[in-house]
Amino acid sequence: MTTLPSTSEQAAPRAASESAPASPARRPPTRRRRRLRLPSPSRAAALLFMGLAALMVLGPVMWTLSTSLRAPAESFDLPPHFLPLSPDLTAYTEVFAQIDVIRLVTNSALVTALIAGGQMITAAMAGYVFARLPFRGSGLLFALVLATMMIPVQVTIVPVFMLIRGMGLADTLLALIIPAVPTAFGTFLMRQHFLNLPGDYAEAASLDGAGPWRIFFSVYLPLAAPGMAIVGILAFNYHWNEFFRPLVLTSSQENFTLPLGLVSLQGNLGTGSISVVLAGVILSMIPALIVFLFGQRYLREGLTAGAGK
Amino acid sequence: MSIDTAPTRSTSRPASRPSAEDSPSHTRARRSRRSERWVIILLLAPTVLGMGIFTLLPIVGSLALAFFEWDLITAPEFAGLDNFIALGADATVRTAFLNTIVFVVVAVVLQLALAVFLAVMVQSRMPVWLRLFFRSTFFFPLVLSAASVSIFMRYMFNEQFGVVNWLLGTVGIAQVPWLTTSTGAAAVVIFVFVWQNFGFSFLILLGGIAAVPQELYEAAEIDGARGWKAFKNVTLPLISPSLLVASVTAMITALQVFDQPYVLTRGGPGDSTRSAVMVVFEAAFQRLEFGLASAAGLVLMALIMLITWIQFRLSRRFVFYQ
Repeated sequence: MTTLPSTSEQAAPRAASESAPASPARRPPTRRRRRLRLPSPSRAAALLFMGLAALMVLGPVMWTLSTSLRAPAESFDLPPHFLPLSPDLTAYTEVFAQIDVIRLVTNSALVTALIAGGQMITAAMAGYVFARLPFRGSGLLFALVLATMMIPVQVTIVPVFMLIRGMGLADTLLALIIPAVPTAFGTFLMRQHFLNLPGDYAEAASLDGAGPWRIFFSVYLPLAAPGMAIVGILAFNYHWNEFFRPLVLTSSQENFTLPLGLVSLQGNLGTGSISVVLAGVILSMIPALIVFLFGQRYLREGLTAGAGK
Repeated sequence: MSIDTAPTRSTSRPASRPSAEDSPSHTRARRSRRSERWVIILLLAPTVLGMGIFTLLPIVGSLALAFFEWDLITAPEFAGLDNFIALGADATVRTAFLNTIVFVVVAVVLQLALAVFLAVMVQSRMPVWLRLFFRSTFFFPLVLSAASVSIFMRYMFNEQFGVVNWLLGTVGIAQVPWLTTSTGAAAVVIFVFVWQNFGFSFLILLGGIAAVPQELYEAAEIDGARGWKAFKNVTLPLISPSLLVASVTAMITALQVFDQPYVLTRGGPGDSTRSAVMVVFEAAFQRLEFGLASAAGLVLMALIMLITWIQFRLSRRFVFYQ
């Protein structure tokens, strides 16, 4: 494996963008906000281009929202609506009538929460050992754990499917949860996190008579909360939206997760009533939107954490 | 990587043994070392065992399975290289892998170009709220599910009642048969993929651009380089490490494309949007040809590794580390 980034390196650009550019005199150069200066006509063009890009991103989402708020009979009408004026909630009551939305949401929530929780705990445990309790061969073992990140899910899915069948877990929610708990990327993140905590705490605690268990559970684990939050949010974002594994590993409607349920509602020919399907899509976006609003920073940090690799 | 403590500890042990044999502090240290071993074992167990069972064992299983013919019902039969030969002989498989490569090239180039453009432009002078708005907006599609996005995009690109053709109609462009022609369907799959993923490359490049020292721009400006020239001669070489990371991650994601073509087109019309992962999925879970599916998966993995390796090789020539 190549050299790994330290979190302090990643924190640097963030610190730079948050600190004010006020007094550049004695500040070290890394602290200032850097900018490529564009001449003013191209600045206007840049703003226009970015505005257009933002419109391309938000337009489809706005269309989805406002179409979901039209009466199902009108949802094919053109011109389309982009603003949710005079909302009609029929599509939302319809989607509950047509598919077992509550079941889908419960399944998705259960799967996502257990995977996220499991990843947070197991990644913290393994990351702690790799950071603070080195043993002979631990470097090699860690490299092996990292190497598994290179193996795509699709390559292992056939044997995983057979393993799951062999364990008698075929077509259950556990089939989705158990294989997704061990996380190489989460372990990597938590190791980084523990490496950045001072080692003095362990010495101080062991002088006070604390054994290695107490040192982990009472001293370091509470300090790992921010790192665990990143792992949890990344897991949430990935598994709430996941489609491929649920498609393969579940087969009966009652074990479907939300994305799977929505795709089957739209149907093979895409003939499902637009506003009803879109009402389901909007419902499925709500938790993602909450994460986006409140956990965006953690998510950004987690997503770019591997970037220095 | 810090594996150094273990050897140090074992070399220091014999030296301290004779004098400290009976001292209580030493026995405590030894006991805690023994319990430390248990801590290590128990804390690592879930991750290491889990990966052993659900990643390493399957990869070995895949390697073995690729040389067998097995439908789960009858006994597996050794097939040698038959599965790989069958893959090469199958026109659908060939088309799917070729589609995937073309898709990766087009989608990644578009995604990176867009991301570099936007990451540079978002640095130009503007109110802070506006910059935050742009950054959040470009990031937003990353929190949505590819399946949901493909669901609403499929309606938007519908030939008769889709909003895209309606918009094109307002400027006098006749209805485009987006999802029912090969080129149209391929274009939509690429668009939907880039729509959802460019924000990730954007985020990585934003980090790279933030690390370019302002002094270099000032120096370049004195030398008469502004705008495009400054971008080409200062920004681009300095963000090349981020560009490499963005390109490697984008390619790996694109090579595994499945959700978008599955939901948008089911691989059609014909085989025109069938991807490599769709071949794995269909072989295994629709036709129960598990050996063939494993072989296809291994070919895909080899392709991913090859392309990643090529990028790192090429990067020696193009990437500039400070």
